[in-house]
This record gives sequence, C-alpha cells and structure tokens, in this order.
Amino acid sequence: MSIPEAILEVKGLQTHYYTRAGVVKAVDNISFVIDKGETLGLVGESGSGKSTLGFSIIRLVPPPGKIVGGKIIFAGTDLMKSKEEEMREIRGKRVSMIFQDPMTSLNPLMKIGDHLTETITTHLKIKKDEALEKAKALLDKLGISPERINDYPHQFSGGMRQRVVIGLALALNPDLVIADEPTTSLDVIIEAQILELLKKLKADYNLTLILITHNIGVVAEMADHIAVMYAGKIVELSDASSLFDNPLHPYTKALLESVPNIRLSEQTLKWILGMPPDLLSLPKGCRFNSRCPHAFKKCFETEPELMQISKNRFVACYLHG
Amino acid sequence: MVRLWITRRFHIRGSGRFLTLTGAAIIALIAIITLLAPIIAPYDPIKRDVGGAFIAPNSQFLMGTDLHGRDVYSRILYGSRTVMLVALASTLLSLIIGVPIGLLSGYVGGKTDRVLSLIMDSIYSFPGLILAIALAAMLGPGVVNMSMAIAVVYIPTYFRMVRGQVLSVKENLFVEAARAIGAKDRTVVFNYIFPNVLPSIIVVVSLNIADAILTEAGLSFLGLGITAPTPDWGFDLKSGQPYFPGVPGRGSYWWLITFPGLMIIIAVLGFSLLGEGLNEILNPRLREGE
Amino acid sequence: MDRKVAMASFIEVKNLKKYFPVQKGFLETILARKIEYVRAVDGINFDIERGAMFGLVGESGSGKTTTGRLLLRLVEPTEGEVLFNKVNIFTLNKEEMRTFRRRMQIIFQDPSASLNPRMRIGHVIGHALEIHNIGSVEERKKAVLNVLERVGLSPPQAFYEKYPHQLSGGQRQRVVIGRAIILRPEFVVADEPVAMIDVSLRAQIMDLMMELKREFNLTFLYITHDLATAKYMCNEIAIMYLGKIVEMGSKNEIFNNPMHPYTTALLSAVPVPNPKLKPQRIIPKGEIPSPINPPSGCRFHPRCPIATGECPRKEPELTPIRHNHQVACYHPGEIIKRLNL
Repeated sequence: MSIPEAILEVKGLQTHYYTRAGVVKAVDNISFVIDKGETLGLVGESGSGKSTLGFSIIRLVPPPGKIVGGKIIFAGTDLMKSKEEEMREIRGKRVSMIFQDPMTSLNPLMKIGDHLTETITTHLKIKKDEALEKAKALLDKLGISPERINDYPHQFSGGMRQRVVIGLALALNPDLVIADEPTTSLDVIIEAQILELLKKLKADYNLTLILITHNIGVVAEMADHIAVMYAGKIVELSDASSLFDNPLHPYTKALLESVPNIRLSEQTLKWILGMPPDLLSLPKGCRFNSRCPHAFKKCFETEPELMQISKNRFVACYLHG
Repeated sequence: MVRLWITRRFHIRGSGRFLTLTGAAIIALIAIITLLAPIIAPYDPIKRDVGGAFIAPNSQFLMGTDLHGRDVYSRILYGSRTVMLVALASTLLSLIIGVPIGLLSGYVGGKTDRVLSLIMDSIYSFPGLILAIALAAMLGPGVVNMSMAIAVVYIPTYFRMVRGQVLSVKENLFVEAARAIGAKDRTVVFNYIFPNVLPSIIVVVSLNIADAILTEAGLSFLGLGITAPTPDWGFDLKSGQPYFPGVPGRGSYWWLITFPGLMIIIAVLGFSLLGEGLNEILNPRLREGE
Repeated sequence: MDRKVAMASFIEVKNLKKYFPVQKGFLETILARKIEYVRAVDGINFDIERGAMFGLVGESGSGKTTTGRLLLRLVEPTEGEVLFNKVNIFTLNKEEMRTFRRRMQIIFQDPSASLNPRMRIGHVIGHALEIHNIGSVEERKKAVLNVLERVGLSPPQAFYEKYPHQLSGGQRQRVVIGRAIILRPEFVVADEPVAMIDVSLRAQIMDLMMELKREFNLTFLYITHDLATAKYMCNEIAIMYLGKIVEMGSKNEIFNNPMHPYTTALLSAVPVPNPKLKPQRIIPKGEIPSPINPPSGCRFHPRCPIATGECPRKEPELTPIRHNHQVACYHPGEIIKRLNL
C-alpha cells in the first residue's frame, strides 16, 4: 500500500456572505486534509456550509460571498495566493466540480460533443479531431453511446445528463473532483447507476473526490472519511466505519439516529429538538448547545475546537476532551 | 430626516429606494399644488388682463402673463387640477373595468378568455394617442369625455397584465391547496389569486397615470377636450406655441410654453419614477430571505 | 351485521386512468393526425382500509402524484371510479364535492409553494373553517390556536399573526399539516411530505403525522419515492411503474419477499447508512421510458433482467400470490433465485 500523500490541505478557511441583513459566516475556520485517492464525504444540512465550502476550494464563491481568510493548499500551492488566470488554468483541468442540477449545468444550445471538446481544447493544446476522439471514448466510459455525441442536452434524460456532467468533470483527469449533491435530484435507480459509475471511475482513474451531500446512505457507501458540518463548522471528522459504529459528536449521533434504514425491520427514529441556529445571530459557545441533550455549562461559554481524539478521528465537543 | 424615517418604515433599499422616494417627492409636490391651488395662486387663472399681455416673468408675475394678460403662474397651479383630475379619473376607470375582466378571463380560460383577449388585443393594437384622439373627437369636448377616451386606451393594459399574472399565479400549489379545502372559485380568485396580483397592479397604476398625463396633454394640445378658458398645461402649451419664435422686435415669449412644458415633464417623471421604483421594490421582494 | 359490509374497504379505486394530452406546437397540431397522450395513470385498482397508512411508492413518471390528486378529485379522471364509503366521488356535482372535501385533505411536498405568501398563518389554517361556515369567529380562532399547538408551533399566538416567509421550512410544513387536519377529515393524502425538509427534522414530521393519525383515526395515502421512509411509515405498500401498480401488499411482504423484478431492483438500489453493508445491486438497464408510448406487454420488460417471450406480448395482471400480496409479473420471485441473493 502506498504512503498516502496529501493532495489538498485546507487551513482555517473563512468564507463569509455579506448580506443586507448582516454577515453570514457560512464557512467558519475550517481545516482538514485529503489524501490522494481518498473520498471525503462532506455531510450537513441546509445552512451547514457544505456547498459553500465546495465552492470555496475552487474559488467560485458567488457574491455577496467572499473568502476572507485561511489557506487552500492544493498540491503544494496556496490557491488563495493564485491569480484569477492561474485559477482558470486549474479549474476543469486539475480541480473540477460536479454541480447538483444536471438540467441547468449544461448549455441547452450546445451539443454534448461540443461541451466536451471545448473543455478539452481549452486546457490541452490538441486538435479538434483528437479532442473529439477523446470525447467519444469518454462517453463510452460513461455508459453513453458514442454516436450520441452530436445530440443536445434536451435529448437526454436527467440521469444521462448527469453522466455527461460527470464526464465534463473527468475529461481532463483532474487531481481533485468536488461533487455537490450529484445524485440528489435523481430517481432511486438512476442514483444507484450514478453511484456505481462513480465508484468505477474512482477506481479506474484513482480519483480524489469530495462528495458533498445530506444523504447519509450515499456517504456511507462512497466515502472513506466523513466530515460532519454544522452551522459553518466541522463538528466531527472521522473514517467512515468509526463514524457509524461510534459517533462521537451529539449532532452526528442524533443525525444518524434520525435517518430511516431500509435494512432494519423495526426502527424508532430519534428527533433533534429545536432548529438549526440563525447564522446571523449565533449562540455563545458551541453552536449545537441549545439542541444538545448533553450540554453543560462550558458548552454555553466557549466554542470547542476540533481536536484529534485518535488517528483519523477528530471531534469538536467538550464531552471528548 | 423624513427620508430616513420613510426608508426605515418601509424597508426600502437600493436603487428602488432612490427612485421611489424621488418619485414620491415630486408627486407630493404636485399633490400640494393641486390641492392648495386656490390658496397659493395669487390671481384668478381665467381673469384676463391682470397686468397686461405678454409680460415676461418678474417679481409680480413669477411666470409672466399670456396673450390675454392672465397670470401664467396661477394658470399653472390651477392647471394641475385639470390634468390630475383627468389622469386620475381615466386611470380609475381603466382599473375598474380592466382588472375584473382580466381576472375573469385568466381564471376561467376557454372560449370566454379567447373572445375577451381578442377584443382587448384589438384595442391594444391601436397606437394609444391615435385611439385617444379618435375617441375624443367622437365624444366631443369636456373633461368627462376626455377621461373616458383615455380610459379606453388603457383598459387592455390592465387586462393583459392581470390576465398574465392570473395565469401564472393560478398554477401555484397554494391555489390548488385552496381548492382542496373546498374553496369556491370566487373565494380562490379574491383571497388567493388577487392579493398576489395586486403588487403588479400598483406598479402599472403609477406608470398609467404618467402616461395619462401625457395623453391628456396631447389631446389638449390638439384642441380635443379642454375648452377655453379652463387652465390646462397642454392647452396653454398650444396657445403659447405661436409666440415662441417671437414677435419682431420683441424676442421670444418663451415663458408661455416653457412652464407648461416643464410641468408636464415633471409630473410624468414623478409618476414614472415612482412606478419604476415600486417595481424594483416589489419584485425583488419575491426573492428568498427577505 | 353482514360481515361483508363490515369488511368493505373505506376507499376503493377501480380501473383509474388519467391521460394528459401532449402539448404540441402549432404546426404539429395542424399536421398531426392523432393526438398523443401521456398515460400518467393507466388503469389501477386498489383498496385502502380505514386506519391504514397506505404507501404509494414509485419513481418519476410512475403516476403516483397524479393518483394522489385523482383520489381527491383535484384532477378529473379519464376513466374509472374512486369509491369513498361506496360513494363514487366523480359522480358528485360541484357543490356536493365541495362539501365532501371536508372529509379528504392533502399535505403537499413543497411547504413554501403550498402556502399563500399573502396570508397570515392563522388565516391559512382557519380559512377552511370559514369556507364551510364552521363556528363563530371566536370559535374558529380558538380552533386554529389549538391546531397550531397540536402541530408543535408554540406559542400558537405568536405564529397566528406571522406570514409564511417568516417561518422555516419545517415550520411551514407543520402549518400545512395543521391546515389538513383542522376540518377533521377522514382521509389524508400526503405527497412526499418530508422530501423538502432537512434530514434531521424529517423524523419529527413523520412522527407527528403518525400521532395525528392515531389521535384522529385518519387514513393516509403516503406518496413517496423513498423506500426507507415508506418502510418506516406505512403498513401497506403499492409499487407503481409507468402508470401501473406492479406489486402491492403488506409492508412485511413487500420488503421481505419482493416478487417483482422492479421492486427488487428498487430495494437493492437504496443506499444504506451503514458503510459495512455494501449494496448488492440489481440495476435494470436503461432509463424509465416515456409515458406517451409505454412499452408493449409488461411495461418493465425492456429493462428487466429476466424478461422472456411472454413479457412483451401481453401485460400481466395484478394477481394475488401470497396472503396480502399481489404482483403483476410472469416470473414473480425468480430474480432473487436466479441472482442468488
């Protein structure tokens, strides 16, 4: 087994949205490391900041959002120090993104083939014919008939379009792929097809993948490591088995207990009382304090830091140190 | 101070704020002169020879006098009453007729909708001013007739706007929900569809008034509608026009057309700004997170 | 008492069909000779017992949402009957139907879209009482406050005056549930009620529905594409594919003994929240075909791993195969045997 080498190191990342109502700290001091070939699952609900984190890594945060602090060290280079032209070089070629909605991520007026060849020729100095050949080969790998290279997006179904979007993300064999809810808008069986496809491509290309989702089942299946996000912070970071076997953070525990599992015949689902905090007026101390069944005095005074508990396990909770 | 209070009270932000407030300020000014004309005006607007004809603006006659020796300033002040009366009356009439028909047509659909749309589109296809001229000519002079003529021109505008909005609001889930709890059609239209169409109507009303002022001025300018000696900006514009190039040896009697013209522009600007500003405020609010 | 009458189902659906004409462009309308139809619901039969939480499960194009709407007559059928205590709701006139609606309500999927943005919460819920002339103004207000409390929106007075945009998604959905129960209906259609709610808040909403069901003796039709939720909530399940019911039965039967290849595929496709259990999937090839021209014979045959000669020729009927278990397939249960699962 090869020694894992870090491909992405995020240190103290801060992304804030400057809205009319105030400053929303969507990503608040996030740090983590991803090794090459690893799949990191980023799990959270609405308002957790997981999508913003995905956009931040690739530096595509839409206004009024702005990355205001931290480092994004990708293969040795701090992307925060890169100029926009350098970022354009990197996007699509070395780091690519799969967006959630396949309906809107493709240009309805461009043939599928053109989508692919354009991406390829933007970054590689090869002739159009060569690019076309590459595109056809890619379609084949994606499970789409290469003869459909001249079809338009509307001629494809949702699942097929998502395969094309994945193809676009992988066309140049990037070092890192960020997938933001890639299967959320798809039917169950198509979702299964896409997950199987991603697993195959992961193996074939030795992909490093950041998988952003709120679906616990998907992340259990796909991820090697899982980061659980809540109100802009990572509350727990762990390898997948340990997280499910023994969740440390009360939020993680509650989240896992609130999700129906189709393999169980009888289940009692637990609730999490209360509501996610208003990001404009965060409580003092741990952000989960008002909803936590184990909260004590310290939880309302200072915010817990993400601390390493064991190899591969980090948690931000006073119950664990 | 007042601006700040208004801004905070109505949560107006951005360019919408600027437009709305500026527009509102102008309209407020016009409202003041319309309502208080009898008190502010120094002279009787139809009284001739208060000082002598063609006197240039001076300290006594702020805007000079016209060909009959009447005080232009007083005529301007009283003129706003005529203009605003016609503009508001015609707008109200267009509203009262256009909105309900639009609601009906949009909600009911089918043949009724097709027939009504056909009629409305036919009227709409006429250039506004031409139609107004034709109607005013047919109906004859007078403030009432002018209001009716102008009203007809704008009925299709309300019809089309309301109908379009009804068609889209009708498809909303909460309308289906209303039916599900057993609401009658009438209830669905008045409680669920109309309140959601209302903000757009308000925008159109403001722009409609602006347009109506212009059309009224146009009709009066052409001599269709206002009878002398009623003070009216359009009418005065027409009366003063021949004297603009001036009389040999005396120069241009510019004040005869400048002040009425300016008032028309200001009034139209005020209502247009208000309409555009309201549009910016009311429509973005439909976005998330307000 | 006649046993047969006592056993008669609360709701009976007979040969229900809904075809939507396909919108065509102007030129096509002139040139085309026949109108094409989207066969959203193409002849389904099922019964719902009183007190059941009946799950209608399917993917997009299955017709489950349209079925829900048909059962409440929010859409007119192309053919078929829906008997509500032996009364065919499609034979009622407009006024009778309006009154009948008190007995059947709906919870929609999108809590934001199903609330009138210009109506305060108190009015949203109370309007139903107004419409049916129930109670005085005072009594109505009291009833609404009661409902608000019951669905977990406390303190009710505070929520009474608010507008929908001031509430969170989960809170809005509680309002929708409140609106559905205030008329004390007998039957509630829940169309993907938690699909747009945050994951950790779903359990509360689902449990709320179950509590209300018990308290008010409601019967539910629970429409969903999420099998895990269906298993948690429902006691009876019907699986729909391309406008037809392919399998139907008790929860235990469907989940423990799936007979139809599509059902088996669906069950195997669901990602499981347990990293140690890697799914062993049966993935049908291709995608769901268009409901305008469904495949001949068994609609699933082009994608079915075990389809044989019979399958494309004649459509299989829904037939009882075990106790409280019906399936429409010429090779029921075979896929599990063949693939040694």
